[in-house]
Amino acid sequence: MSRHQYSGDALIEVLHTAQELYGFLSPELLRTIAKKLKLPPSRVLGVASFYHFFTMKPKGEHTFVVCTGTACYVAGAAGLVETLEKRCAKVGQTSKDGKVSVVTARCIGSCGLAPAVVYDGSILARVKPDRILRELENIGVK
Amino acid sequence: MTFDDLLERQSTELARQQSLEERILCCTAAGCVSCGADSLKKAVSEEIKTQGLEGKVEVCGTGCLGLCSRGPLAVTSKSRKMYGELKAADAKALVSRDEASQAELEPRRVDLDAPFFREQKRIVLANSGRVDPEKLDDYIAAGGYQALAKAVGEMTPREVIEEIKTAGLRGRGGAGYPTGLKWELVAKQPAQNKFVVCNADEGDPGAFMDRSVLEGDPHRVLEGMAIAGYAVGAQQGYIYVRGEYTLAIERLKNAIRQAERERLLGNHIFETGFQFRIDLRIGAGAFVCGEETALIASIEGKRGQPRQRPPYPPESGVWGAPTLINNVETFANIAPIIENGGAWFAAIGSAGSKGTKVFALAGNIKNTGLIEVPMGMSLRRILFDIGGGIPGGRAFKAAQTGGPSGGCIPEEHLDTPVDYESLAKIGSIMGSGGLIVMDDTSCMVDVARYFMEFCMDESCGKCIPCRAGTVQMHEILTRITRGEAQQADFDMLEELSALLRDASLCGLGQTAPNPVMSTIRYFRHEYQAHIEESRCPAGHCEITGSAGLQPGLPGEAHA
Repeated sequence: MSRHQYSGDALIEVLHTAQELYGFLSPELLRTIAKKLKLPPSRVLGVASFYHFFTMKPKGEHTFVVCTGTACYVAGAAGLVETLEKRCAKVGQTSKDGKVSVVTARCIGSCGLAPAVVYDGSILARVKPDRILRELENIGVK
Repeated sequence: MTFDDLLERQSTELARQQSLEERILCCTAAGCVSCGADSLKKAVSEEIKTQGLEGKVEVCGTGCLGLCSRGPLAVTSKSRKMYGELKAADAKALVSRDEASQAELEPRRVDLDAPFFREQKRIVLANSGRVDPEKLDDYIAAGGYQALAKAVGEMTPREVIEEIKTAGLRGRGGAGYPTGLKWELVAKQPAQNKFVVCNADEGDPGAFMDRSVLEGDPHRVLEGMAIAGYAVGAQQGYIYVRGEYTLAIERLKNAIRQAERERLLGNHIFETGFQFRIDLRIGAGAFVCGEETALIASIEGKRGQPRQRPPYPPESGVWGAPTLINNVETFANIAPIIENGGAWFAAIGSAGSKGTKVFALAGNIKNTGLIEVPMGMSLRRILFDIGGGIPGGRAFKAAQTGGPSGGCIPEEHLDTPVDYESLAKIGSIMGSGGLIVMDDTSCMVDVARYFMEFCMDESCGKCIPCRAGTVQMHEILTRITRGEAQQADFDMLEELSALLRDASLCGLGQTAPNPVMSTIRYFRHEYQAHIEESRCPAGHCEITGSAGLQPGLPGEAHA
């Protein structure tokens, strides 16, 4: 925060950094940020909840981000989401054992690789449901 | 740095590149990186050492080579050969100076004379495939920053704006507002403090043009912004880039640092009184932030909600100061215009739309990837000559332009020239450049539903027509795709379309009905088949209802 001179304008940058460091934005964390930046807590929560990028729930050990952009949608992203929902958790949630979070993204801009899935930060190209099942097996999800 | 220093650095770097036997440029854009371009590049550089060719052969990364469907790609800059589907194991043959070893790559050679390359005209993407986006010297060798030197050294701000007006450049973000006029509006404002903002919040699903430009040629965008800053009298620029584009953010940060070190940004640019700084603002995943007033709110660290216009940003933008907002591709066009003159640019393209346009080809098409064509080229040539047509022997059904604000273009309009006016006439828009092709297995009602779902999720919730209207329209469309809707639902859909268009606060709501209206216009029979016969002509939708039996009251589909 000191890098941004504790300026309220830098709220989004601060939230980005905070999420990078802690994985998610807990209520305590948001309150601390509000205090340090001298902003009302409502404003901080308002901004944090407005943007899809910020999450206020802890993430699972592994994250699958299924791209649901038009090209991926046309190429069968819906089937991938279905597979993950059946095996792990609903979109936006984490499986009960805390292993896998399922997320969808609007478009990750890798339309040439449709349908694409970002698995723990690396892009899988032209994914079919059995590829996801294989990855799940590798991390011990039944 | 002075202009002479710049020229000297250019000739030094050019001479160095000339002295090499070969330069191997590996595509390091997101598409190729995700299928192994990094390991290929590493293997090539190790192979150069193994074969003892240091100082003779060099490997660099470069921007998008276009043919993403065949990645990872690499091109050799001396012998002008491109290869696709490369693996780390191919490094040996790629590096080797021996023709016999090179021959094993021959089956995977990409023909640079194929229509995919021949029919393109590259201005914005000129440096992709020639320049390493992480090396400033590479950009300088390609003539980089000379336009900025010319602008601040030899031209008045007035002359710069005149040149842009002569060029007839129009905003590449989608709406096509004349860039020169916008610059003039900002330049006219008497305020001391002004801002230049680059809108890199590329949110349309199916579009990755801006991302490729930022990743492949970040300095070009910085140069364009600095020229804009000089022309309108701003000292500060912001690039608002999507948080999802990590590679683009990294390259931009690196480019800004390099430019500042060489005094190409900062104080006393080219030893004149002109100063200009650029900072990054990272978006956090809100489509509505592509709308200019929402983008401004987000730069200020607030919820990205649009506000009433006027006042327009040229009068009152970031922190109430006059603000120039242009899209990435628009800024990427600036340096070539200043260098070659407005008249040169105006000679390319069609009557109302000058220059070229970058498109991201995706969907059911053979050559998915990034292309740049002169404005006014027919859709048929783009899709079938450059795009290579529909794979798997299927038939073309529609092309979607403009993302969730655009429309679907059916086969009968394939000969429409692609420019702002012609596309608007047939009920679509140019948009930012996403071009998604659908074959006969796609259901157009479902496509409309998909885009409505997008708009529903992305509606910021400030104005009621958009917040409630998108939900209602999505519900009706869902019911239609399930075969549970009745004629009255369809009439309501049309009524809501008009309402959203007329009554929403910002572009998101106003254009949200476009995909619905354009699919109704060209594919009414598909809607009718779902409603009257509970049948999906494309065989895509899962029909659960049967015609006429379900009452189809609003809200039921959600139960």
